[in-house]
Amino acid sequence: MVANPVVDPAAGVAPGDDRTVDLTGLQTLIDVLAGRGYAVLGPVVKDGSIDYGPVRKVSDLPVGWGDEQAPGSYRLRRRDDDMIFGYANGAQSVKPVFFPASEVIWRGLRDAEGAVVPRREQHDEGPYAVVGVRSCDLHALGIHDTVLLGRRFADASYAVRRADAFVVAVSCSDPAGTCFCVSMGTGPRPTAGRGAPFDLAMTELLDATGHRFLLEAASERGVEVLREVGGRIADERDRSDAASVTESAVGRMGRWLDTEGLKDLLYASADSPMWDEVADRCLSCQNCTMVCPTCFCTDVEDVSDLAGDSMQRERVWDSCFDSQHSYLHGGSVRRTTKARYRQWMTHKLGSWIDQFGTSGCVGCGRCIAWCPAGIDITEQAAVLREES
Amino acid sequence: MNAALATSSQRVVVEDPMVPRSFVVTRTRQDTRDTATLWLTAMDGAPLAFEPGQFTMLQAYGVGEVPVSISGDPADDGVLQHTIRDVGSVSHALATAETGARLGVRGPFGVGWDVGTARGRDVVIVAGGIGLAPLRPAVLEICANRAAYGEVTLLYGARTPAERLFTDELPRWAAEHGVAVHVTVDRSDDSWRGPVGLVTGLVDRVVFRPELATVLVCGPEVMMRHTAAAFLDRGVAPADVRVSMERNMKCGIGLCGHCQLRELFICQDGPVLGYGLVASLLTQAEL
Amino acid sequence: MRTIAEDLPGHPFFAGLDSDALALLAGCAVNMHARPGEYLFREGEPADSFFVIREGRVALEMRLPTGAAVLDTAEQGEVLGWSWLVPPYRWTFDGRAVDHVRAVRFDGGCLREKCAADPDLGYAFLQRIVQVMSQRLHSARVRLLDLYGAS
Repeated sequence: MVANPVVDPAAGVAPGDDRTVDLTGLQTLIDVLAGRGYAVLGPVVKDGSIDYGPVRKVSDLPVGWGDEQAPGSYRLRRRDDDMIFGYANGAQSVKPVFFPASEVIWRGLRDAEGAVVPRREQHDEGPYAVVGVRSCDLHALGIHDTVLLGRRFADASYAVRRADAFVVAVSCSDPAGTCFCVSMGTGPRPTAGRGAPFDLAMTELLDATGHRFLLEAASERGVEVLREVGGRIADERDRSDAASVTESAVGRMGRWLDTEGLKDLLYASADSPMWDEVADRCLSCQNCTMVCPTCFCTDVEDVSDLAGDSMQRERVWDSCFDSQHSYLHGGSVRRTTKARYRQWMTHKLGSWIDQFGTSGCVGCGRCIAWCPAGIDITEQAAVLREES
Repeated sequence: MNAALATSSQRVVVEDPMVPRSFVVTRTRQDTRDTATLWLTAMDGAPLAFEPGQFTMLQAYGVGEVPVSISGDPADDGVLQHTIRDVGSVSHALATAETGARLGVRGPFGVGWDVGTARGRDVVIVAGGIGLAPLRPAVLEICANRAAYGEVTLLYGARTPAERLFTDELPRWAAEHGVAVHVTVDRSDDSWRGPVGLVTGLVDRVVFRPELATVLVCGPEVMMRHTAAAFLDRGVAPADVRVSMERNMKCGIGLCGHCQLRELFICQDGPVLGYGLVASLLTQAEL
Repeated sequence: MRTIAEDLPGHPFFAGLDSDALALLAGCAVNMHARPGEYLFREGEPADSFFVIREGRVALEMRLPTGAAVLDTAEQGEVLGWSWLVPPYRWTFDGRAVDHVRAVRFDGGCLREKCAADPDLGYAFLQRIVQVMSQRLHSARVRLLDLYGAS
């Protein structure tokens, strides 16, 4: 078993450690993190979406890009300003950084007697410093920490990657039409407490006086980094401006999900006609589960060479929308799309609470934007509520 | 890269429950047309202690991995025993493994029968088909401490007389350990002089104190439901009826998500669960 | 030597019937026994008996070209036969003693008369028969699924 890698977020941190930097200071932050040995990742424009990628310069970041999101639709748009974190979110959260879609668990070679000897794969990439993690995705990271580290057995590779990671969270200033983090209590401002511990919380401030970044320390490592980054000590105006940014974002959430008694509602609604109705539209394409920052289902695949002398076992993302997900000899338990959608939504918003103490939804809205049929989880929940 | 500055933790993971230990098959026995028992010994010599009702993730290298209940004696942690029914490509490779073959083993995993909590009580063990295999360790543990239990009964339903498991042991449990053994078959053959009928039909002949009985049931889900219902009708509390559930499992440790039954991870919360916990979930279609 | 009327209350099938009813029913009954392999009844024969098994096991069989298939068994504590109750009162299967069988045999015609004459008794008796039928139907239906078979 690996040691619990979760850092105590509040240790040795005081408001006096917070700094405010300009664009040069943001570059310094990237340089300091790289200098400390981190592979620095941040949002970059890739294939018409925002994705995490290596960042060396501020100009690598999505300067002046925003996004438009609606059911079944995601488009980048040019902003009329130079905001760097002025988009809502990308197709993927930070999930693939710590929990790759595919990775080798062990490799085996045949020994002299022809027997396979499995050896655990050591993953040498990282450690990562991730800049620009949204509050919704930060909470998703916290949920993954619970799911993959906080129980009897841990995902060993995830544990290693998480333990060493440095996270710079960023407040959301321009939520999308598909966003509902406010109703899930997960955003738009990264806060200590529930959710993944992070090292720095950043709020981007752009006004007539210039481009500022309020950097609030949330861990001892964060304090150390800030000392090295320098910049001026954050003042009251920085803080009140930052508060205004997120207050404004709160008022512009595109959607709302009423979570009151939702688990019991879902449990009581297993036979609702809503599932039939949604199954008529759902393509079982798995997009929602692939973009969901908390979905954690995986399968294993064995790959061996033709001679059978070497083999490896890989862990790959899986989806409860796959027909084989619930396979038992004799057939699958959830044969219909209706049953699979019910499983996904009931798990995400209901049984997750019984399993892990929180909802499995952080309100990022990706499942809505990336659904080719434009199915909206908040709308489906509302339908159930109306029926009850 | 100066990783030493950035990393605070130990990057080398010593133990990963996803990586199998290699075991060698030391003995095999063909139990029935499609079922075989394997005796396995760890290549690294380390024992594998387990609780009756637990399972391992058993791997035929290059073919695949499936969850299989342990069918051996919990008092002997030096030998791992599995009784495997050939129903798919992986179980075929396992059930036909020959002496000397190496298999990967992860585990043991899951919650077992918790036989110890039935001390001082009457125990009724109900097995259907291959379901006797996961119950055998429970029977052995009870037999080893027979005086600690009240009336002990084994009801066993098999498809045909030829498909009965552990036929040499059933009379021994009865004769040497005072276990009332009743076997019934779905279809008889010329050799069979015992009862023909459903295993639930045997419930009426069991002697037990309903308020002081623990019932352990393993078999196909339909059989477990109907058996549990028969004991509930006789006044046994739902929590005192334990069933061993089966769902798709890819990791065995609660991480892969496949075995979920609403809020339950069958691999971690089960496979053995109180019937009261699952009763309402088993009658919901495609849950 | 105990009489049949004294013996019946000890059998689960008759539990709850009062002594008057039992005495009335006992009038239709005789004790019988069968050796292993002996037929209690044969398929196609007039069904005029209802058996209360006190000891041993009876197999309900159907003859096949290749032998006999056992569909069900009834043993100590159980009862056997309802064809006497249902026109045209003919046995559908063979009933063969697996081992030494001791039973009480009730005359079907006699039982029908007593039940017709005393509807309360008739209802109580039918209720018990239907329960047996229900259990046997349940057993047959679930076994139809061949749950332990190859899937």
